[in-house]
Amino acid sequence: MSTSSGGPAAARSATPIGVGDEENINLDRDTSTAVRRRSRRLLLDLLRPERALFWATVVLVVVAQASRVAGPAIIAMAIDRGLPDAQEGNWSTVAFIGGAYLLAAILAGAGSAAFIRLAARVSQAVLLDLRQRVFAQTQRLSLEFHEKYTSGRIIARQTSDLEALRELLDNGITSLASGMLFMLFTGLSLFLLDWQTGLVLAVAVVPVLLVVRWFATRSRILYRESRVASARLIVNFVENMTGMRAVQAFRRESDNNAKYSELAEDYRRNNMRSFNLNGIFDPSLQLIGNLTVALALTIGGYRVLQGDLEVGVLVATLLYTKRFFQPVQQMAGVYNSFQSASAALEKISGLLEEQPTVRNADNPVPLPHAKGDLEFENVTFGYASGDVVLPSFDLHVPAGQTVALVGSTGAGKSTLAKLIARFYDVTDGAVRLDGVDLRDLSRKDLRRAIVMVTQEAYLFSGTVRDNIALGRPDASDAEIVRAAQAVGAHEFIEQLPDGYDTDVNKRGGRVSAGQRQLISFARAFLADPAVLILDEATSSLDIPGERLVQRGLESLLNDRTALIIAHRLSTVAIADRVLVMADGRVVEDGTPEDLIAGDGRFSALHAAWRESLV
Amino acid sequence: MLVSATAPAQRKPADTTTVATLLRLLPFVRPALPRISMGMLCALGAGLCALAIPQVLEALVDGPLAGAATSGDTRGLWLAVAAVLGLGLLEVFFVFMRRRLILTPTTHVEWSMRTTLFKHLQDLPLAFHDQWPGGQLLSRAMTDLNMLRRWMAFGIVMLVVNFATVGVGIALMIRTAGPLGWVYLLGAVPMAILSFRFSRRFRRIARLSQDQAGDLATTVEESVHGIRVLKAFGRGPEAYQSFASQAGELRNTEMNKARQMSAFTFSIITIPEAVLGGCVVWGVWLVTQGDLTIGALGAFFATAAVINGPVEQLGQLLSMSLTAKTSVDRYFEVLDSENTVADPEKPVHLDEVRGEVRFEAVRFHYPDAPPIDLVPAPTHVPHEAPREEVLTGVDLTIRPGETMALVGLTGSGKTTMAALVPRLFDVTSGAVLLDGVDIRAMTREYLRTQVAIAFEDATLFSATVRENVLLGAPPEARTDDDLHRALEIAQASFVHKLPYGIDTTIGEEGLSLSGGQRQRLALARAVAARPRVLVLDDPLSALDVETEEAVTARLRAELSDTTVIVVAHRPSTVALADRVAVLQDGRVTGVGPHSELLVDHLHYRFVISSLIEDEEFDRARGLRV
Repeated sequence: MSTSSGGPAAARSATPIGVGDEENINLDRDTSTAVRRRSRRLLLDLLRPERALFWATVVLVVVAQASRVAGPAIIAMAIDRGLPDAQEGNWSTVAFIGGAYLLAAILAGAGSAAFIRLAARVSQAVLLDLRQRVFAQTQRLSLEFHEKYTSGRIIARQTSDLEALRELLDNGITSLASGMLFMLFTGLSLFLLDWQTGLVLAVAVVPVLLVVRWFATRSRILYRESRVASARLIVNFVENMTGMRAVQAFRRESDNNAKYSELAEDYRRNNMRSFNLNGIFDPSLQLIGNLTVALALTIGGYRVLQGDLEVGVLVATLLYTKRFFQPVQQMAGVYNSFQSASAALEKISGLLEEQPTVRNADNPVPLPHAKGDLEFENVTFGYASGDVVLPSFDLHVPAGQTVALVGSTGAGKSTLAKLIARFYDVTDGAVRLDGVDLRDLSRKDLRRAIVMVTQEAYLFSGTVRDNIALGRPDASDAEIVRAAQAVGAHEFIEQLPDGYDTDVNKRGGRVSAGQRQLISFARAFLADPAVLILDEATSSLDIPGERLVQRGLESLLNDRTALIIAHRLSTVAIADRVLVMADGRVVEDGTPEDLIAGDGRFSALHAAWRESLV
Repeated sequence: MLVSATAPAQRKPADTTTVATLLRLLPFVRPALPRISMGMLCALGAGLCALAIPQVLEALVDGPLAGAATSGDTRGLWLAVAAVLGLGLLEVFFVFMRRRLILTPTTHVEWSMRTTLFKHLQDLPLAFHDQWPGGQLLSRAMTDLNMLRRWMAFGIVMLVVNFATVGVGIALMIRTAGPLGWVYLLGAVPMAILSFRFSRRFRRIARLSQDQAGDLATTVEESVHGIRVLKAFGRGPEAYQSFASQAGELRNTEMNKARQMSAFTFSIITIPEAVLGGCVVWGVWLVTQGDLTIGALGAFFATAAVINGPVEQLGQLLSMSLTAKTSVDRYFEVLDSENTVADPEKPVHLDEVRGEVRFEAVRFHYPDAPPIDLVPAPTHVPHEAPREEVLTGVDLTIRPGETMALVGLTGSGKTTMAALVPRLFDVTSGAVLLDGVDIRAMTREYLRTQVAIAFEDATLFSATVRENVLLGAPPEARTDDDLHRALEIAQASFVHKLPYGIDTTIGEEGLSLSGGQRQRLALARAVAARPRVLVLDDPLSALDVETEEAVTARLRAELSDTTVIVVAHRPSTVALADRVAVLQDGRVTGVGPHSELLVDHLHYRFVISSLIEDEEFDRARGLRV
């Protein structure tokens, strides 16, 4: 889990930081180092599979660059050698030179064209890899994590953070390779030509390093801030778009505008600050370059005056010195993108570092055909936020039994359901399926054996068929229709504009709440699990619908273990056994008939419910 | 395909010219124009300095410095140093000013475009939001506007500077080497043709890539919002597969983009260089014929070398401009979406709202609903007859202070009717009247102050309980007493047991609550808004019997003079109502007190009663076939 505060540095470097410090900008030194190391490790890790391509790209950049540099040299040759030959009537030299120039032109073009493709390949491979890693990680993480970390932040990680990395990858490789090579060659040539001027250049490296260091420290903080600001902007945007119905119904528009404008302004200001920082960084490097030229001129000039240096050589050294600083602007740009991408990778690597609280078993016990015998033994459970929901819980549900859970909100019914579905793990004790601890089951076996239909019948965009098939992706069309028929959803689906191929639109906009629940029932039916948990799964159905579902349920639940949480006691009637829960304990346990006949809570509830019926 | 989003119909190919598109930016860019123009001048100045410094160096060293060397006079040296230093400082100054002048105003442009978009999105009706997936909107608000800002700050400036440099360069080449210069200029003809063809192709792919990126964002959003379903069915791996293939498609598009770019780059580098290759041979020939001096030939190639860089950069700048263009297209697609639920020009204000709601011959179908097959399928389950319209002529009057329940089968249009009252949708024909005034004659702001609504699936925002409940409360009713009253009516006392009580942050970024708890907060929110008309869309479905009873009792007592429209599935919710309206096949087929309807309305009995015997139930079902 994440540690967001406290703890000595040693302990901290041992435990992953995760997303705990995500919103923090001024990290202390150790955390900052750890976070940066984590980010760099991720970048190297992503590039590793592409290293062959990466170096191929670099080679192509060299070829293209060399061919381009060759151009002026060939021209010089044409004037120095070709022209005299031609004047003597010998055109072969000029023809040869013309051909060489053409060749260089094609090489330069082809080289550039090829490295653009290769660089895109590297960059896209890295991005795809990272996208998939982040997606897989968000699927892997437990609900406990998702209940804190919002969808907006995950989207921010997947969009704007990846965009920052993309910027670096798209231009970084080529600019860096060509710029470095250019500077290296120019520097070497200068040393060979006149080592004293070369020394001047070497000295100039010192202020360059100082400026770079200054920029690195400052920009790191600004870019961290930038990631946080853009994530906040995205979170706010996503939340308001998702909840647009409530936004409009309660006239939140102007307050929202104010809030969003403020967040956009924070983001803008942060952007501006990083631009301004870059606007000092880049000219500073150029200033150093131009000052170096002036210094070289002063020293060289004196040497010329002393007669130690020829004028011709001086001109050459000065031109080299000036040219040495030509790619500086480009390199500054690359470094800037690198800083921005690093900040983004700090956030992404934090997300990737998170460990699910519900872990997969290392050596899973195979259970391909579960019977559905459930047992809670000495179970204690509390959410991370504090309160203990189940202080000490024991329960045995034999295979095939249909159990109804009754009790007021907060009694622990949903918690019980979530423990069986392993959305959470018990704090203490064990939950067993057919005698096997749930924590020892493979995810595949667990999900095949236990399925839960939740309160929210979420529909994904796509067709009705796709949404039902989520229960078992390899199901045939006939099986999907059969599942829909079994839960009484077939008819309304047939009436939709395109039947099973109707697009449910964004958030199932055009399907009523009751119909959504029927679709999610069909999903569960298709999944055909040994244990089925229905957590308030019938609340939106109309009475005829519920009646039909109930008939379907009786056959559906016939040969499997079922746990039904329902406020509508009509659903409870089909149960073999009723558990009344209060404060995380079972206070009544028996057949519906026995409990109704008694004078306990259930009896009272049932009477009240009977009375409400007409 | 599982869990993968694609944007539907909104992709009309916007094939406007690039210039026309960019001109639309003018209103946003105008305040920044003076600074951007100044910045461009600075960029030109910096470019000129960069060109001039080597020339000046050469001239100075050859001239005054060489002179000083022979005369031993150091003044020549200092002159040269001063000149180089001066030019160097000037160059840095120009570079610095270019950034200062341009970058700040472009961030303002980006900001104003972003907030304008957000504002417009909030103004657009729900019908729009139903059709546009979230990722597509987000990618427009973030990625596209970032792209546009970068283009304004860098792309357009460099494009102008490069064109100017190349233009000046070619003019110089023509002056120094006459026919050679013209030949070089001739090379611009195939380049122009190729650029045009490249633009057409690249624009299409760039657009595709941006759309795919938006869809990918939608898929991410859905995979997180639907995480419980994915976990419950163990469908993470399938969701991953589907996402991975979608991301793979985006990569393919990007690679396609790179291939186009690569082919174009080949031409843009090779053509001018090849022309120069020809110029070498021809130039030498001209010199041997005495038509050109050696010096002019050298100068020609020196200038060609200088403009080489800017020419090569044009390819990159062109692709950037095309991407920016499609970003602008995408942005304006949303901004141009017409608001079909707009405020009237001369809004009506009621002096005092009594709270009478009347539906007059209301017909409604969702604007994007495709025509459906009107032949009913054979069926043995109760259902509504297929129809294109959800409501096919509803007439209903709800008296001031009355509580009216809407009852009908799933899909009968109850929720739609409820949503029409606060104008979340507008009627297709007919009218909804509040105190005899068409609600379309009022501003939405005013109407929604009078009408509050609670939904079945409650939307809570990342904020404290207090903020969530008082979301729509009038300014004079935001005290603690108001809050507690609303919470008490909605039986939401559980909030006091939360870690920080009413100051606990809930919603996505806070504590997660159960469905029943969320519903009660949504109900409290609607009550706290102190509306004249309260619309409850089955807001008690996730409550247990006891709580529901308590809520119902409190609502009856507190809302005696508020008009209440309640969508109901259960007799217990109907108990709240003075009268019940039965919705059947998009019409109201019966209005009256619950007890009367129960006696003489077969469909009502069928919908609401769980006590009718199975035989009668099946008979009623038979009637529907």
